[in-house]
Amino acid sequence: MKFTVDWLKNHLDTKFNNNQIIDKLTNIGLEVESFESSTSELDTFIVAKIINAKTHPNADRLKLCDVDIGSDKTIEVVCGAPNAKNGLLTVYAPPGSIIPKNQMKLSVSKIRGVTSYGMLCSESELLLSNESDGIIELKNNKYANKVGEKYFKNTSEKVIDLSITPNRPDCLGVRGIARDLSAAGAGTLKINKKSNLKYRGNQNINVTIKKEKAQGCTIFGSCLIKGVTNKESPKWLKDKILSLGQKPISAIVDITNYVMFDLNRPLHAYDADKIDNEVIVRSSSKGESFEALDNKKYILENDMCVISDRTGVLGLGGIIGGTRSGTEYSTKNILLESAYFLPRSIRKTSKQLNIDTDAKFRFERGIDPLSIEDGLIKASELIKQICGGEISNLDVKKIDNYKKTIINFDPFLFEKTTGFNVENKELIKILEKLGFDVSKKKKILKLVVPSWRPDITQSIDIVEEIVRIKGYEHINTSEPIKTRLKPTLNYYQKLFHFLQRSVASKGYLETVTWSFTDSKINQLFKENDEEIPIVNPISSDLNVLRNSIFPNLLFYLKKNLDRGFKDISLFEIGPAFKGKNPGDQLTVIGAVRAGKVSRLSWNDKERIVDTFDVKKDVIQSLCEAGIDKDDIVIDDKTPSYYHPGKSGGVYQNKNEKNALAYFGEIHPNIIKKLDIKTEGLVIFEICLDYIKDSKQKIKDSKSEYKFSDFQKSERDFAFIINKNFKSQELVNIIKSVDDKLIKSVRVFDVFEGENIPEGKKSIAVNVTIQSEEKTLNENDLENINKLIISSVESKSGAKIRS
Amino acid sequence: MSDIKKIKDDYIDKLNTENNVDKVNNIKSELFGKNGIISNEFKKLGSISVEERKKLASDLNNVKDELQNKISIKIKEIETKEINLKLEKEKIDVTLPERDIKIGKIHPVSQVIDEISSIFSEIGFSVEEGPDVENEYNNFTALNTPDNHPARDMHDTFYLDNNKELLLRTHTSPVQVRTMLKGKPPFKIIAPGRTYRSDSDQTHAPMFHQVEGLHIDKNINMGHLKGCLNYFIKEFFEVDKIKMRFRPSHFPFTEPSAEVDIGYEIKNGKIVIGEGDKWLEILGCGMVHPNVLKNVKVNPSKYQGYAFGIGIDRLGMLKYGINDLRAFFETDYRWLSHFGFDPLDVPSNYRGLSR
Repeated sequence: MKFTVDWLKNHLDTKFNNNQIIDKLTNIGLEVESFESSTSELDTFIVAKIINAKTHPNADRLKLCDVDIGSDKTIEVVCGAPNAKNGLLTVYAPPGSIIPKNQMKLSVSKIRGVTSYGMLCSESELLLSNESDGIIELKNNKYANKVGEKYFKNTSEKVIDLSITPNRPDCLGVRGIARDLSAAGAGTLKINKKSNLKYRGNQNINVTIKKEKAQGCTIFGSCLIKGVTNKESPKWLKDKILSLGQKPISAIVDITNYVMFDLNRPLHAYDADKIDNEVIVRSSSKGESFEALDNKKYILENDMCVISDRTGVLGLGGIIGGTRSGTEYSTKNILLESAYFLPRSIRKTSKQLNIDTDAKFRFERGIDPLSIEDGLIKASELIKQICGGEISNLDVKKIDNYKKTIINFDPFLFEKTTGFNVENKELIKILEKLGFDVSKKKKILKLVVPSWRPDITQSIDIVEEIVRIKGYEHINTSEPIKTRLKPTLNYYQKLFHFLQRSVASKGYLETVTWSFTDSKINQLFKENDEEIPIVNPISSDLNVLRNSIFPNLLFYLKKNLDRGFKDISLFEIGPAFKGKNPGDQLTVIGAVRAGKVSRLSWNDKERIVDTFDVKKDVIQSLCEAGIDKDDIVIDDKTPSYYHPGKSGGVYQNKNEKNALAYFGEIHPNIIKKLDIKTEGLVIFEICLDYIKDSKQKIKDSKSEYKFSDFQKSERDFAFIINKNFKSQELVNIIKSVDDKLIKSVRVFDVFEGENIPEGKKSIAVNVTIQSEEKTLNENDLENINKLIISSVESKSGAKIRS
Repeated sequence: MSDIKKIKDDYIDKLNTENNVDKVNNIKSELFGKNGIISNEFKKLGSISVEERKKLASDLNNVKDELQNKISIKIKEIETKEINLKLEKEKIDVTLPERDIKIGKIHPVSQVIDEISSIFSEIGFSVEEGPDVENEYNNFTALNTPDNHPARDMHDTFYLDNNKELLLRTHTSPVQVRTMLKGKPPFKIIAPGRTYRSDSDQTHAPMFHQVEGLHIDKNINMGHLKGCLNYFIKEFFEVDKIKMRFRPSHFPFTEPSAEVDIGYEIKNGKIVIGEGDKWLEILGCGMVHPNVLKNVKVNPSKYQGYAFGIGIDRLGMLKYGINDLRAFFETDYRWLSHFGFDPLDVPSNYRGLSR
């Protein structure tokens, strides 16, 4: 909502200066977006100094000037003026300027083979005088310090731009703003002068509001103005329209716009001679069409509120008029409309047709239904004054009567809500200035809500009115109440926190990527999940919710590789979506590691990152987050985007259905499809939702501290075993021989090939044996050794290597 | 006696020039071995008179002590020399690079969320969460923003179906609805998380982060709201004083509503929070609208309280001098390394919010 202070003062007697007004507006909830002069075409002309004027290489009469325009570099301008000389101060017009004399727009051009950036101006070109023999010569003493500044002072009045919240339609007119300011003590609202307009004759175009279920219009007021001379608006009116940032069109259109912004009362003017017999306000039928004033043809759906005549649709009520009945300079007789349209109807229609106009913006927020006559009178007066003509009696058709909103307000609610007290007297004064009718019934105030405030329906609205006018600075700053109702984080929130920092501490950079992704990449990772398209995506490559974190992570990994980084570790913790309903999402960590370990190391051998690098990262992170390493079981079944032979799943124990993590190499096909160029690429993922809450705090779950001081022994074994036999199985078999005595089993060597039969491998393990009761003698140890060998051989088909 | 002295002097001389531990040990056995010279001298003691024996024995013992002492000193001396020589040879260039250090980082958004949670935890708030996909009711209708209300235009919404039933939440406020529907008052929660709006330019991203706050009890008024936010802003920006301004505004789900500005100035091209005469809008808040309380089955005549919504990314940008919002989500390795936080930098009250 834009307006000038002058305009405001048409409605408000105030001693406040501009800055006080600006502050007050902001303090009462009418946020000032900006307060500046509207831009002018003359703003581009600037004071400049000729540094060096030399003869044009291809034309004796022209000069080539180096001009200082106040920026870092001088610019080159070709100039034909005989008085262009070194050191001259003059006026420079950059490319894009419009020259007042001929209204030509300057562009960069070549003059006799030399490029000229803009021009130096004569007084006649700027319409300052008839002097056209040379360029302007500015006085040294006045302009020497002003090189680079605007030559013309912008004299247009400063415009206030307010951002009006959707609950305040009344402040979409200058009078409403003045009323709010007056309530807040910034002046007195001027009383509207009684109109002494003389009416002649009746409005003899019959108006009917059809009684239909979907009728979007409840009041239609109008008058005829006969014998007008439409013309260009007078300067004062043009200035007002320009200050709104709009283009003046003709006196009649400008007046209806002016009244809309002045009183928040949208109006529409029809060329009465173009209306076929009568005006019918009705609901549209599907397929009806009309050409609107924005020069677009609209095809209507059912139940849109239209103003029509016998021929058809004239316009969309409260949204936009049609070209068929539009006013022109030749228009002689006008039908002026001032109506009330229902906000819901307006909003629905404008959404369906995607039209946004100033009238629509106001009607959908709610126009004062009692402002029909005021609008007609104010506009008619102005039309008569500017365009002449005779005004008919006002004709107002209604199918519904306005009902007052009454609120019984208990002033105690104010203190209860805001924490401070305002005397009843002051409270009543504020409400009255805002236009409320106040009467007292004991402690309760009976309030009649002004018709221009559709937003006010209940007591809390009244509290807001009083506190905003009184000023939020009166609210106390209470000490925060520190009472706690429950612990800050629950188990999964803590887990999130631990795992996030745990993974980062393994050298991964955390990133945050969109929750949406490219369906083409997503499909490589979605497995059996349904694709979740976004109906209105921001772009076609962010068109689905991500089923996995990897599509985005790999997309950005590639970008970083393309930037020339080679060894990259990235992770993200966030949602992966499994369905389109609320809650169909899992919290997942996705991590990628690319490149080499010990690249360019002077002492270690460099190698490509591998599955066991990420296996370590994932297991260590899980342990740090509180999972017992002894419970963890590894499996080799993984989603299809993993390398089928070089990836694994992590389970919290044997019988779990869902893997809580996967790790391994990514499938080579995917690397190829995404065109990722790297020496090595391994990934892991952890699904936080599949980690089981132990429900025990550490203080309850720590087991008794037990240790053995008896001597421990270590024994090494090497088995020849089937190539596909899992080492985890072997370890479990050994442990199960005697889980009291066998303290640990460690695989320390695996190899195939030389001396090992085809299809077999050799696994060497180191077993630590220790009793909690005694020192084991050779005999005991020998027995265990034998048991280990026989168990392994019988359960796994392995053979001990001798 | 003279024999013994001579032996002693000879061997002392010998030992003085000796530089090899093995040879010193040879000397040792030469003297004190089974048939060593000194050992033999002791054996002779048995065959001489008592008087002489006393004297000789004493002399002999002195010589023995002196020689043994000399030997052990000599051995120590040689060993020290040898170790020093060995250490000298073993010297390495410790300025050669260490094995690779991989430094991981926490994203600024995560860090700021942890900072915010830490501050609110201090004054008794707990953390709630809600899903990113919401239904229309929780995101709008329950929050007093009915269909066909112009306030809906303030949110450019991503939809997941053509009926506009399912959407990506446009703010964290639906967590208020979920929290209150599943529990009984009082409520005292914050809810940080991802939020989505379908616009995108230099200052807007289609996804961003908000933290919702909600405190409902029997007598919570706007003074508490002001106190809570004043505390939070001061703690968050780690300044002693903060210039803060509550401005009336409008949100359908709070009434009265306010926007909060903080004072700032630009010093040497950097933004300084809490001073100066410029205002920066950082959050929206207000008293929870009675209609919202009714929608979530809380009796508005018994309970009341405040809610607020803060842009997390914006706060992080201000605190840590980050200019471009879009860069938060572009995963540029250089940017993440530059603006990221050490994983051990866990914001806490006793250790300080930030380093």
